[in-house]
Amino acid sequence: MKPMTITEKILARHAGVKEVAPGELINAKVDIALGNDITAPIAISEFRRIGAKKVFNRNKVVLVPDHFTPNKDIKSAEQCKILRDFAREHKLKHYYDGGEVGVEHALLPEKGVVVPGDLVIGADSHTCTYGALGAFSTGVGSTDLAAVMITGELWFKVPESMKFVFNGRLRKWVSGKDLILHIIGEIGVDGALYRAMEFTGSAIDRLSMDSRMSMCNMAIEAGAKSGIIAPDATTEAYVSKRAERPYKFYSSDAGAAYSEVREYDCAEIEPKVACPHLPENTKNVSDVKNVSIDQVVIGSCTNGRLEDLEVAAKILRGRKIAKHLRLIIIPATPFIYNEAMKKGWFDIFLRAGAIISPPTCGPCLGGHMGILAAGERALATTNRNFLGRMGDVKSEVYLANPAVAAATAIKGKIAHPDEVTK
Amino acid sequence: MKFNGKAWKFGADIDTDRIIPARYLNTSDPKELAKHCMEDADPSFASRVRAGDVIVADKNFGCGSSREHAPIAIKASGVACVIARSFARIFYRNSFNMGLPILECEEAAASTESGDVIEVDMSTGEIVNVTKGKRFKARPIPPFMQELIAAGGLMESIRKKGAV
Repeated sequence: MKPMTITEKILARHAGVKEVAPGELINAKVDIALGNDITAPIAISEFRRIGAKKVFNRNKVVLVPDHFTPNKDIKSAEQCKILRDFAREHKLKHYYDGGEVGVEHALLPEKGVVVPGDLVIGADSHTCTYGALGAFSTGVGSTDLAAVMITGELWFKVPESMKFVFNGRLRKWVSGKDLILHIIGEIGVDGALYRAMEFTGSAIDRLSMDSRMSMCNMAIEAGAKSGIIAPDATTEAYVSKRAERPYKFYSSDAGAAYSEVREYDCAEIEPKVACPHLPENTKNVSDVKNVSIDQVVIGSCTNGRLEDLEVAAKILRGRKIAKHLRLIIIPATPFIYNEAMKKGWFDIFLRAGAIISPPTCGPCLGGHMGILAAGERALATTNRNFLGRMGDVKSEVYLANPAVAAATAIKGKIAHPDEVTK
Repeated sequence: MKFNGKAWKFGADIDTDRIIPARYLNTSDPKELAKHCMEDADPSFASRVRAGDVIVADKNFGCGSSREHAPIAIKASGVACVIARSFARIFYRNSFNMGLPILECEEAAASTESGDVIEVDMSTGEIVNVTKGKRFKARPIPPFMQELIAAGGLMESIRKKGAV
Protein backbone atom coordinates (compact mmCIF):
# COMPACT_ATOMS: atom_id res chain seq x y z
CA MET A 1 0.00 0.00 0.00
CA LYS A 2 1.17 3.52 -0.71
CA PRO A 3 2.17 5.66 2.25
CA MET A 4 -0.65 7.95 3.45
CA THR A 5 -1.01 10.99 5.68
CA ILE A 6 -3.08 10.81 8.89
CA THR A 7 -5.82 12.77 7.08
CA GLU A 8 -5.92 10.34 4.15
CA LYS A 9 -6.03 7.35 6.52
CA ILE A 10 -9.00 8.69 8.50
CA LEU A 11 -10.88 9.58 5.31
CA ALA A 12 -10.17 6.16 3.73
CA ARG A 13 -11.37 4.40 6.85
CA HIS A 14 -14.65 6.35 6.90
CA ALA A 15 -15.17 5.86 3.16
CA GLY A 16 -14.73 2.13 3.63
CA VAL A 17 -11.78 1.89 1.26
CA LYS A 18 -8.14 0.87 1.72
CA GLU A 19 -6.60 4.02 0.35
CA VAL A 20 -7.46 7.48 -0.96
CA ALA A 21 -5.45 10.09 -2.83
CA PRO A 22 -5.67 13.90 -2.86
CA GLY A 23 -8.28 15.17 -5.31
CA GLU A 24 -10.36 12.00 -5.05
CA LEU A 25 -14.08 12.41 -4.29
CA ILE A 26 -15.37 10.12 -1.59
CA ASN A 27 -18.58 9.51 0.27
CA ALA A 28 -17.75 9.03 3.94
CA LYS A 29 -19.52 8.12 7.14
CA VAL A 30 -19.65 10.91 9.71
CA ASP A 31 -19.12 10.24 13.44
CA ILE A 32 -20.34 13.57 14.78
CA ALA A 33 -22.37 16.34 13.08
CA LEU A 34 -22.58 19.67 14.89
CA GLY A 35 -24.76 22.74 14.54
CA ASN A 36 -25.21 25.94 16.53
CA ASP A 37 -27.93 28.57 17.01
CA ILE A 38 -26.92 30.42 13.82
CA THR A 39 -26.45 27.50 11.44
CA ALA A 40 -28.75 24.74 12.73
CA PRO A 41 -32.07 26.58 12.18
CA ILE A 42 -31.43 26.52 8.40
CA ALA A 43 -30.39 22.85 8.58
CA ILE A 44 -33.50 21.95 10.57
CA SER A 45 -35.69 23.84 8.09
CA GLU A 46 -34.07 21.92 5.17
CA PHE A 47 -34.45 18.64 7.10
CA ARG A 48 -38.17 19.28 7.44
CA ARG A 49 -38.61 20.74 3.96
CA ILE A 50 -37.63 17.51 2.24
CA GLY A 51 -39.78 15.49 4.58
CA ALA A 52 -37.16 13.84 6.78
CA LYS A 53 -38.62 12.31 9.92
CA LYS A 54 -35.62 10.94 11.80
CA VAL A 55 -32.01 11.84 12.40
CA PHE A 56 -29.58 9.09 11.34
CA ASN A 57 -28.37 8.62 14.92
CA ARG A 58 -29.55 10.56 17.95
CA ASN A 59 -26.14 10.18 19.63
CA LYS A 60 -24.24 11.68 16.70
CA VAL A 61 -26.18 14.84 15.93
CA VAL A 62 -24.99 17.53 18.33
CA LEU A 63 -26.63 20.93 18.84
CA VAL A 64 -25.01 23.70 20.85
CA PRO A 65 -26.72 27.11 21.01
CA ASP A 66 -23.61 29.09 21.97
CA HIS A 67 -23.40 32.11 19.66
CA PHE A 68 -26.15 34.49 20.78
CA THR A 69 -26.80 32.87 24.17
CA PRO A 70 -27.92 33.73 26.79
CA ASN A 71 -30.50 34.85 24.19
CA LYS A 72 -29.55 38.39 23.24
CA ASP A 73 -32.88 39.39 21.69
CA ILE A 74 -36.26 38.02 20.64
CA LYS A 75 -35.09 36.86 17.22
CA SER A 76 -32.15 34.96 18.74
CA ALA A 77 -34.48 33.42 21.30
CA GLU A 78 -36.63 32.14 18.43
CA GLN A 79 -33.56 30.62 16.72
CA CYS A 80 -32.51 28.88 19.94
CA LYS A 81 -36.01 27.59 20.47
CA ILE A 82 -35.88 25.87 17.06
CA LEU A 83 -32.83 23.92 18.33
CA ARG A 84 -34.39 23.14 21.69
CA ASP A 85 -37.62 21.84 20.16
CA PHE A 86 -35.73 19.76 17.59
CA ALA A 87 -33.43 18.30 20.25
CA ARG A 88 -36.43 17.27 22.35
CA GLU A 89 -38.37 15.88 19.41
CA HIS A 90 -35.45 13.72 18.27
CA LYS A 91 -34.18 12.94 21.79
CA LEU A 92 -30.69 14.15 20.95
CA LYS A 93 -28.18 12.92 23.48
CA HIS A 94 -25.88 15.89 23.02
CA TYR A 95 -27.89 19.05 23.31
CA TYR A 96 -26.45 21.66 25.65
CA ASP A 97 -28.51 24.54 26.92
CA GLY A 98 -28.74 26.95 29.86
CA GLY A 99 -26.14 26.19 32.52
CA GLU A 100 -24.72 23.31 30.46
CA VAL A 101 -23.86 25.30 27.38
CA GLY A 102 -20.29 26.16 26.48
CA VAL A 103 -18.46 27.35 23.40
CA GLU A 104 -18.95 24.34 21.14
CA HIS A 105 -15.33 23.69 20.18
CA ALA A 106 -14.21 23.79 23.81
CA LEU A 107 -17.23 21.81 24.99
CA LEU A 108 -17.17 18.80 22.65
CA PRO A 109 -13.58 17.68 23.35
CA GLU A 110 -14.09 18.33 27.07
CA LYS A 111 -17.21 16.14 27.15
CA GLY A 112 -15.51 13.35 25.19
CA VAL A 113 -18.08 13.74 22.40
CA VAL A 114 -15.37 13.92 19.73
CA VAL A 115 -12.51 11.42 19.94
CA PRO A 116 -9.29 10.62 18.06
CA GLY A 117 -9.80 9.02 14.65
CA ASP A 118 -13.29 10.53 14.20
CA LEU A 119 -14.61 12.16 11.08
CA VAL A 120 -16.47 15.25 12.29
CA ILE A 121 -18.39 17.89 10.37
CA GLY A 122 -19.80 21.02 11.90
CA ALA A 123 -21.82 23.89 10.52
CA ASP A 124 -19.27 26.22 12.04
CA SER A 125 -15.99 27.09 10.38
CA HIS A 126 -13.95 26.48 13.55
CA THR A 127 -14.94 22.82 13.61
CA CYS A 128 -11.35 22.24 12.47
CA THR A 129 -10.41 22.55 16.19
CA TYR A 130 -10.85 18.80 16.79
CA GLY A 131 -7.84 18.04 14.61
CA ALA A 132 -5.97 18.62 17.88
CA LEU A 133 -7.33 15.26 19.06
CA GLY A 134 -6.21 13.50 15.88
CA ALA A 135 -9.64 13.62 14.24
CA PHE A 136 -10.46 14.74 10.71
CA SER A 137 -12.75 17.64 11.33
CA THR A 138 -14.04 20.32 9.01
CA GLY A 139 -16.51 23.17 8.78
CA VAL A 140 -19.42 22.99 6.35
CA GLY A 141 -22.65 24.88 5.80
CA SER A 142 -26.19 24.32 6.99
CA THR A 143 -27.32 22.31 3.94
CA ASP A 144 -24.39 19.91 4.35
CA LEU A 145 -25.35 19.55 8.01
CA ALA A 146 -28.95 18.79 7.03
CA ALA A 147 -27.71 16.10 4.61
CA VAL A 148 -25.64 14.44 7.34
CA MET A 149 -28.43 14.69 9.91
CA ILE A 150 -30.54 12.57 7.54
CA THR A 151 -28.01 10.18 5.99
CA GLY A 152 -24.99 10.11 8.32
CA GLU A 153 -22.79 10.56 5.26
CA LEU A 154 -21.30 13.36 3.21
CA TRP A 155 -19.13 13.81 0.12
CA PHE A 156 -15.59 15.07 0.53
CA LYS A 157 -12.74 15.86 -1.79
CA VAL A 158 -9.61 14.37 -0.27
CA PRO A 159 -7.37 17.38 0.45
CA GLU A 160 -3.68 17.66 -0.23
CA SER A 161 -1.72 17.94 3.01
CA MET A 162 0.79 20.60 4.02
CA LYS A 163 3.25 19.79 6.79
CA PHE A 164 4.39 22.36 9.34
CA VAL A 165 7.32 21.21 11.47
CA PHE A 166 8.06 23.10 14.69
CA ASN A 167 11.32 22.33 16.46
CA GLY A 168 13.12 23.94 19.39
CA ARG A 169 11.81 25.33 22.69
CA LEU A 170 8.97 27.84 22.86
CA ARG A 171 10.03 31.20 24.22
CA LYS A 172 8.42 32.52 27.36
CA TRP A 173 4.80 33.70 26.82
CA VAL A 174 4.60 31.94 23.46
CA SER A 175 1.71 29.52 22.97
CA GLY A 176 -0.01 27.58 20.20
CA LYS A 177 -1.80 30.80 19.23
CA ASP A 178 1.49 32.43 18.30
CA LEU A 179 2.63 29.46 16.22
CA ILE A 180 -0.54 29.49 14.14
CA LEU A 181 -0.49 33.31 13.80
CA HIS A 182 3.12 33.01 12.68
CA ILE A 183 2.14 30.52 9.96
CA ILE A 184 -0.83 32.61 8.78
CA GLY A 185 1.41 35.67 8.66
CA GLU A 186 3.71 33.77 6.30
CA ILE A 187 1.30 31.94 4.02
CA GLY A 188 -1.68 34.31 4.12
CA VAL A 189 -5.40 33.86 4.67
CA ASP A 190 -5.67 31.56 1.64
CA GLY A 191 -2.21 30.01 1.94
CA ALA A 192 -3.65 26.59 2.79
CA LEU A 193 -6.85 26.88 0.71
CA TYR A 194 -8.65 23.52 0.35
CA ARG A 195 -5.74 21.72 2.07
CA ALA A 196 -5.14 19.89 5.35
CA MET A 197 -2.55 21.47 7.66
CA GLU A 198 -0.59 18.92 9.65
CA PHE A 199 1.41 20.22 12.61
CA THR A 200 4.35 18.17 13.82
CA GLY A 201 7.86 18.38 15.32
CA SER A 202 9.42 18.27 18.77
CA ALA A 203 7.76 21.54 19.85
CA ILE A 204 4.31 20.17 18.95
CA ASP A 205 5.13 16.98 20.89
CA ARG A 206 5.64 19.14 23.99
CA LEU A 207 2.60 21.33 23.37
CA SER A 208 -0.43 21.10 25.71
CA MET A 209 -3.84 20.00 24.46
CA ASP A 210 -5.20 23.52 24.99
CA SER A 211 -2.47 25.02 22.81
CA ARG A 212 -2.93 22.30 20.18
CA MET A 213 -6.62 23.20 20.04
CA SER A 214 -5.78 26.91 19.54
CA MET A 215 -3.55 25.95 16.61
CA CYS A 216 -5.96 23.63 14.83
CA ASN A 217 -8.81 26.07 15.54
CA MET A 218 -7.24 28.72 13.32
CA ALA A 219 -6.38 26.44 10.36
CA ILE A 220 -9.50 27.90 8.70
CA GLU A 221 -7.92 31.38 8.93
CA ALA A 222 -5.34 30.13 6.42
CA GLY A 223 -8.21 28.85 4.25
CA ALA A 224 -7.54 25.22 5.20
CA LYS A 225 -10.09 22.44 5.15
CA SER A 226 -8.69 21.02 8.36
CA GLY A 227 -5.80 21.13 10.80
CA ILE A 228 -4.46 18.03 12.49
CA ILE A 229 -1.92 16.80 15.05
CA ALA A 230 -1.12 13.11 15.36
CA PRO A 231 -2.30 11.82 18.76
CA ASP A 232 0.32 10.89 21.36
CA ALA A 233 0.67 10.44 25.14
CA THR A 234 -0.62 13.99 25.73
CA THR A 235 -3.73 13.17 23.71
CA GLU A 236 -4.16 9.86 25.52
CA ALA A 237 -4.00 11.57 28.92
CA TYR A 238 -6.66 14.05 27.78
CA VAL A 239 -9.12 11.69 26.10
CA SER A 240 -8.82 8.51 28.21
CA LYS A 241 -10.85 10.01 31.06
CA ARG A 242 -13.35 11.72 28.76
CA ALA A 243 -14.06 9.63 25.66
CA GLU A 244 -17.59 8.25 25.50
CA ARG A 245 -16.72 5.95 22.59
CA PRO A 246 -13.74 3.80 21.61
CA TYR A 247 -11.12 5.81 19.75
CA LYS A 248 -8.27 5.14 17.38
CA PHE A 249 -4.90 6.80 16.94
CA TYR A 250 -3.76 7.35 13.37
CA SER A 251 -0.44 8.76 12.22
CA SER A 252 1.16 9.67 8.92
CA ASP A 253 3.37 7.12 7.20
CA ALA A 254 7.00 7.88 6.48
CA GLY A 255 7.03 8.78 2.81
CA ALA A 256 3.47 10.18 2.77
CA ALA A 257 3.06 12.91 0.15
CA TYR A 258 2.80 16.60 1.11
CA SER A 259 2.17 19.50 -1.24
CA GLU A 260 4.54 21.53 0.90
CA VAL A 261 6.70 21.13 4.01
CA ARG A 262 7.68 24.15 6.11
CA GLU A 263 10.04 24.08 9.07
CA TYR A 264 10.31 26.50 11.96
CA ASP A 265 12.67 27.06 14.87
CA CYS A 266 10.53 28.08 17.85
CA ALA A 267 13.46 29.99 19.37
CA GLU A 268 12.82 32.62 16.69
CA ILE A 269 9.09 33.02 17.36
CA GLU A 270 7.92 35.87 19.61
CA PRO A 271 4.39 36.49 20.84
CA LYS A 272 2.45 37.69 17.80
CA VAL A 273 -0.25 40.26 17.14
CA ALA A 274 -2.48 40.15 14.06
CA CYS A 275 -3.32 43.72 13.10
CA PRO A 276 -6.56 44.87 11.43
CA HIS A 277 -8.26 43.66 9.26
CA LEU A 278 -6.93 40.18 8.45
CA PRO A 279 -5.34 37.43 10.55
CA GLU A 280 -2.40 37.45 8.11
CA ASN A 281 -1.34 40.95 9.18
CA THR A 282 0.87 39.56 11.94
CA LYS A 283 3.70 41.33 13.66
CA ASN A 284 5.87 40.62 16.67
CA VAL A 285 4.23 42.22 19.71
CA SER A 286 7.38 44.23 20.33
CA ASP A 287 6.98 45.82 16.88
CA VAL A 288 3.43 47.04 17.61
CA LYS A 289 4.01 50.20 19.60
CA ASN A 290 1.68 52.71 21.20
CA VAL A 291 -1.59 51.28 20.00
CA SER A 292 -4.11 52.27 22.65
CA ILE A 293 -6.86 49.75 23.33
CA ASP A 294 -10.44 50.29 24.56
CA GLN A 295 -11.44 46.69 25.16
CA VAL A 296 -9.65 43.40 25.76
CA VAL A 297 -11.47 40.08 25.33
CA ILE A 298 -10.05 36.84 26.70
CA GLY A 299 -12.14 33.88 25.59
CA SER A 300 -13.58 32.10 22.52
CA CYS A 301 -13.10 28.69 20.91
CA THR A 302 -9.52 29.75 20.23
CA ASN A 303 -8.40 30.83 23.71
CA GLY A 304 -11.08 30.42 26.38
CA ARG A 305 -9.64 27.28 27.99
CA LEU A 306 -7.99 26.70 31.36
CA GLU A 307 -4.43 27.26 30.15
CA ASP A 308 -5.54 30.58 28.69
CA LEU A 309 -7.25 31.77 31.88
CA GLU A 310 -4.31 30.52 33.95
CA VAL A 311 -1.74 32.66 32.15
CA ALA A 312 -4.12 35.64 32.30
CA ALA A 313 -4.52 35.12 36.06
CA LYS A 314 -0.77 34.86 36.51
CA ILE A 315 -0.24 38.24 34.87
CA LEU A 316 -3.27 39.98 36.38
CA ARG A 317 -2.57 38.78 39.96
CA GLY A 318 -2.25 41.83 42.18
CA ARG A 319 -2.50 44.25 39.27
CA LYS A 320 -5.22 46.54 37.95
CA ILE A 321 -6.31 47.10 34.40
CA ALA A 322 -5.96 50.55 32.81
CA LYS A 323 -8.63 53.00 33.90
CA HIS A 324 -10.13 53.63 30.47
CA LEU A 325 -10.18 49.97 29.40
CA ARG A 326 -12.82 47.20 29.58
CA LEU A 327 -11.53 43.68 30.13
CA ILE A 328 -14.03 40.91 29.36
CA ILE A 329 -13.08 37.37 30.37
CA ILE A 330 -15.20 34.52 29.00
CA PRO A 331 -14.49 31.02 30.33
CA ALA A 332 -15.44 28.79 27.38
CA THR A 333 -17.41 26.11 29.25
CA PRO A 334 -19.19 25.63 32.59
CA PHE A 335 -16.39 23.25 33.66
CA ILE A 336 -13.70 25.82 32.86
CA TYR A 337 -15.80 28.49 34.61
CA ASN A 338 -16.06 26.36 37.74
CA GLU A 339 -12.38 25.37 37.74
CA ALA A 340 -11.29 28.99 37.29
CA MET A 341 -13.51 29.98 40.21
CA LYS A 342 -12.22 27.20 42.46
CA LYS A 343 -8.61 28.09 41.68
CA GLY A 344 -9.26 31.65 42.85
CA TRP A 345 -8.75 33.25 39.45
CA PHE A 346 -12.13 34.99 39.56
CA ASP A 347 -10.91 36.92 42.63
CA ILE A 348 -7.84 37.97 40.68
CA PHE A 349 -9.89 38.97 37.63
CA LEU A 350 -12.48 40.89 39.65
CA ARG A 351 -9.88 42.72 41.73
CA ALA A 352 -8.09 43.67 38.51
CA GLY A 353 -11.32 45.25 37.28
CA ALA A 354 -12.43 42.60 34.76
CA ILE A 355 -15.93 41.60 33.73
CA ILE A 356 -16.52 37.82 33.86
CA SER A 357 -19.03 36.63 31.29
CA PRO A 358 -20.93 33.36 31.15
CA PRO A 359 -19.70 31.00 28.42
CA THR A 360 -20.72 32.36 25.00
CA CYS A 361 -19.22 33.14 21.59
CA GLY A 362 -20.71 36.60 22.22
CA PRO A 363 -18.37 39.41 21.22
CA CYS A 364 -16.02 37.31 19.04
CA LEU A 365 -18.40 37.60 16.09
CA GLY A 366 -19.93 40.91 17.13
CA GLY A 367 -22.94 39.13 18.58
CA HIS A 368 -23.34 40.60 22.05
CA MET A 369 -21.61 40.95 25.44
CA GLY A 370 -19.00 43.49 24.33
CA ILE A 371 -19.69 45.22 21.01
CA LEU A 372 -17.41 48.00 19.80
CA ALA A 373 -18.46 51.56 18.92
CA ALA A 374 -17.12 53.43 15.89
CA GLY A 375 -13.47 54.34 16.41
CA GLU A 376 -12.96 51.83 19.23
CA ARG A 377 -10.14 49.33 19.22
CA ALA A 378 -10.06 45.89 20.79
CA LEU A 379 -7.37 43.33 21.39
CA ALA A 380 -8.89 39.86 21.59
CA THR A 381 -7.73 36.29 21.98
CA THR A 382 -10.31 35.34 19.34
CA ASN A 383 -9.68 34.23 15.76
CA ARG A 384 -10.85 36.89 13.32
CA ASN A 385 -10.14 40.58 12.99
CA PHE A 386 -12.17 41.21 9.84
CA LEU A 387 -13.56 44.68 9.24
CA GLY A 388 -16.45 45.29 11.65
CA ARG A 389 -16.10 41.82 13.16
CA MET A 390 -16.73 42.91 16.76
CA GLY A 391 -19.02 45.83 16.15
CA ASP A 392 -19.11 49.04 14.17
CA VAL A 393 -17.48 48.91 10.76
CA LYS A 394 -15.16 51.71 11.91
CA SER A 395 -13.88 49.70 14.90
CA GLU A 396 -10.67 47.65 14.89
CA VAL A 397 -9.64 44.26 16.26
CA TYR A 398 -6.14 43.02 17.05
CA LEU A 399 -5.60 39.31 17.76
CA ALA A 400 -3.11 37.90 20.26
CA ASN A 401 -2.57 35.23 22.92
CA PRO A 402 -4.01 35.56 26.46
CA ALA A 403 -0.69 36.67 28.00
CA VAL A 404 -0.42 39.59 25.59
CA ALA A 405 -4.11 40.31 26.19
CA ALA A 406 -3.65 40.47 29.97
CA ALA A 407 -0.56 42.67 29.67
CA THR A 408 -2.40 44.93 27.24
CA ALA A 409 -5.33 45.27 29.64
CA ILE A 410 -2.95 46.46 32.37
CA LYS A 411 -1.01 48.90 30.18
CA GLY A 412 -4.03 50.18 28.23
CA LYS A 413 -2.05 49.75 25.03
CA ILE A 414 -0.67 46.73 23.23
CA ALA A 415 2.08 45.36 25.47
CA HIS A 416 4.52 42.46 25.77
CA PRO A 417 3.90 40.44 28.97
CA ASP A 418 7.50 41.18 30.04
CA GLU A 419 6.58 44.87 30.27
CA VAL A 420 4.22 44.28 33.17
CA THR A 421 5.76 41.27 34.93
CA LYS A 422 9.33 42.51 35.28
CA MET B 1 -28.40 29.05 -17.80
CA LYS B 2 -27.44 32.47 -19.18
CA PHE B 3 -27.22 35.75 -17.32
CA ASN B 4 -26.72 39.33 -18.37
CA GLY B 5 -26.20 42.06 -15.82
CA LYS B 6 -24.13 44.86 -14.39
CA ALA B 7 -20.91 44.04 -12.53
CA TRP B 8 -20.28 44.94 -8.92
CA LYS B 9 -16.54 44.77 -8.35
CA PHE B 10 -15.00 43.85 -4.99
CA GLY B 11 -11.41 43.27 -3.87
CA ALA B 12 -9.56 40.32 -2.35
CA ASP B 13 -10.49 38.35 0.79
CA ILE B 14 -14.08 39.57 1.04
CA ASP B 15 -15.07 37.72 4.20
CA THR B 16 -18.51 36.48 5.18
CA ASP B 17 -18.78 39.19 7.87
CA ARG B 18 -18.68 41.76 5.08
CA ILE B 19 -21.14 39.81 2.95
CA ILE B 20 -23.61 39.54 5.84
CA PRO B 21 -22.50 40.89 9.24
CA ALA B 22 -23.23 38.73 12.31
CA ARG B 23 -25.46 41.47 13.74
CA TYR B 24 -28.08 40.30 11.23
CA LEU B 25 -27.66 36.56 11.83
CA ASN B 26 -30.48 36.35 14.36
CA THR B 27 -32.68 35.46 11.39
CA SER B 28 -32.33 33.21 8.36
CA ASP B 29 -35.12 34.88 6.36
CA PRO B 30 -33.63 35.47 2.85
CA LYS B 31 -35.52 38.76 2.37
CA GLU B 32 -34.25 40.16 5.66
CA LEU B 33 -30.69 39.04 4.92
CA ALA B 34 -30.82 40.54 1.40
CA LYS B 35 -31.51 43.99 2.92
CA HIS B 36 -28.02 43.91 4.45
CA CYS B 37 -26.14 42.06 1.70
CA MET B 38 -22.52 43.30 1.30
CA GLU B 39 -23.31 46.07 3.81
CA ASP B 40 -19.84 46.30 5.35
CA ALA B 41 -18.14 46.24 1.93
CA ASP B 42 -20.49 48.71 0.19
CA PRO B 43 -23.38 50.12 2.27
CA SER B 44 -25.23 51.20 -0.90
CA PHE B 45 -25.15 47.74 -2.50
CA ALA B 46 -28.42 46.33 -1.15
CA SER B 47 -30.48 49.32 -2.27
CA ARG B 48 -28.84 49.69 -5.69
CA VAL B 49 -28.33 46.10 -6.85
CA ARG B 50 -30.73 44.92 -9.58
CA ALA B 51 -31.92 41.43 -10.41
CA GLY B 52 -29.46 39.79 -12.78
CA ASP B 53 -26.41 41.78 -11.64
CA VAL B 54 -23.12 39.98 -11.14
CA ILE B 55 -20.61 40.20 -8.29
CA VAL B 56 -17.00 40.09 -9.50
CA ALA B 57 -14.25 39.75 -6.90
CA ASP B 58 -10.58 39.03 -6.45
CA LYS B 59 -9.16 36.00 -4.58
CA ASN B 60 -10.60 34.09 -1.62
CA PHE B 61 -14.15 35.43 -1.86
CA GLY B 62 -16.32 34.29 1.09
CA CYS B 63 -13.52 33.51 3.51
CA GLY B 64 -14.24 33.18 7.21
CA SER B 65 -17.42 31.82 8.70
CA SER B 66 -19.46 28.85 7.46
CA ARG B 67 -22.67 30.89 7.53
CA GLU B 68 -24.85 29.84 4.61
CA HIS B 69 -26.56 33.18 5.19
CA ALA B 70 -23.82 34.66 2.97
CA PRO B 71 -24.76 32.94 -0.32
CA ILE B 72 -28.45 33.14 0.75
CA ALA B 73 -28.18 36.94 1.14
CA ILE B 74 -26.43 37.28 -2.23
CA LYS B 75 -28.97 35.13 -4.05
CA ALA B 76 -31.94 36.84 -2.41
CA SER B 77 -30.54 40.25 -3.37
CA GLY B 78 -31.09 39.27 -7.00
CA VAL B 79 -27.44 38.66 -7.91
CA ALA B 80 -27.38 36.09 -10.72
CA CYS B 81 -23.81 34.88 -10.36
CA VAL B 82 -20.54 35.48 -8.50
CA ILE B 83 -17.28 35.45 -10.45
CA ALA B 84 -14.03 35.48 -8.47
CA ARG B 85 -10.36 34.73 -8.90
CA SER B 86 -10.87 32.09 -6.19
CA PHE B 87 -13.37 31.16 -3.48
CA ALA B 88 -12.94 30.09 0.13
CA ARG B 89 -13.88 26.43 0.36
CA ILE B 90 -16.93 26.52 2.67
CA PHE B 91 -18.47 29.37 0.67
CA TYR B 92 -17.83 27.40 -2.55
CA ARG B 93 -19.53 24.31 -1.14
CA ASN B 94 -22.44 26.28 0.33
CA SER B 95 -23.10 28.07 -2.96
CA PHE B 96 -23.50 24.80 -4.85
CA ASN B 97 -25.60 23.33 -2.10
CA MET B 98 -28.09 26.19 -2.00
CA GLY B 99 -28.03 27.06 -5.70
CA LEU B 100 -26.04 30.27 -6.12
CA PRO B 101 -24.13 30.05 -9.42
CA ILE B 102 -20.43 30.80 -8.99
CA LEU B 103 -17.48 30.74 -11.37
CA GLU B 104 -13.71 30.97 -10.89
CA CYS B 105 -11.98 33.08 -13.51
CA GLU B 106 -8.76 34.95 -12.81
CA GLU B 107 -8.78 36.98 -16.05
CA ALA B 108 -12.40 38.11 -15.79
CA ALA B 109 -11.85 39.06 -12.15
CA ALA B 110 -8.78 41.10 -13.04
CA SER B 111 -10.18 43.08 -15.96
CA THR B 112 -13.76 43.74 -14.89
CA GLU B 113 -14.74 47.09 -13.39
CA SER B 114 -17.88 48.08 -11.55
CA GLY B 115 -20.66 48.93 -13.99
CA ASP B 116 -19.38 46.76 -16.87
CA VAL B 117 -22.10 44.70 -18.50
CA ILE B 118 -21.34 41.00 -18.09
CA GLU B 119 -22.85 38.01 -19.86
CA VAL B 120 -22.41 34.57 -18.37
CA ASP B 121 -23.24 31.17 -19.83
CA MET B 122 -23.13 28.76 -16.91
CA SER B 123 -23.30 25.67 -19.15
CA THR B 124 -20.12 26.56 -21.04
CA GLY B 125 -18.40 28.72 -18.40
CA GLU B 126 -18.09 31.52 -20.95
CA ILE B 127 -17.98 35.05 -19.56
CA VAL B 128 -18.30 38.07 -21.85
CA ASN B 129 -17.51 41.59 -20.71
CA VAL B 130 -19.84 43.36 -23.17
CA THR B 131 -18.65 46.83 -22.15
CA LYS B 132 -14.98 46.03 -22.80
CA GLY B 133 -15.57 43.57 -25.64
CA LYS B 134 -13.61 40.78 -23.93
CA ARG B 135 -14.32 37.05 -23.65
CA PHE B 136 -13.15 34.75 -20.87
CA LYS B 137 -13.44 31.09 -20.04
CA ALA B 138 -14.08 30.19 -16.39
CA ARG B 139 -12.40 27.20 -14.76
CA PRO B 140 -14.67 24.23 -15.54
CA ILE B 141 -17.06 23.18 -12.78
CA PRO B 142 -15.99 19.71 -11.57
CA PRO B 143 -18.25 16.97 -13.05
CA PHE B 144 -19.37 15.92 -9.58
CA MET B 145 -20.60 19.42 -8.80
CA GLN B 146 -22.36 19.56 -12.17
CA GLU B 147 -24.20 16.36 -11.27
CA LEU B 148 -25.18 17.91 -7.94
CA ILE B 149 -26.55 20.97 -9.75
CA ALA B 150 -28.36 18.79 -12.29
CA ALA B 151 -29.96 16.86 -9.44
CA GLY B 152 -31.31 20.15 -8.07
CA GLY B 153 -28.80 20.58 -5.24
CA LEU B 154 -27.66 18.39 -2.34
CA MET B 155 -31.05 18.01 -0.62
CA GLU B 156 -32.80 17.05 -3.84
CA SER B 157 -30.12 14.48 -4.64
CA ILE B 158 -30.68 12.96 -1.19
CA ARG B 159 -34.42 12.88 -1.75
CA LYS B 160 -33.93 11.21 -5.14
CA LYS B 161 -31.70 8.56 -3.58
CA GLY B 162 -34.62 7.71 -1.33
CA ALA B 163 -32.69 8.45 1.85
CA VAL B 164 -35.55 10.37 3.44
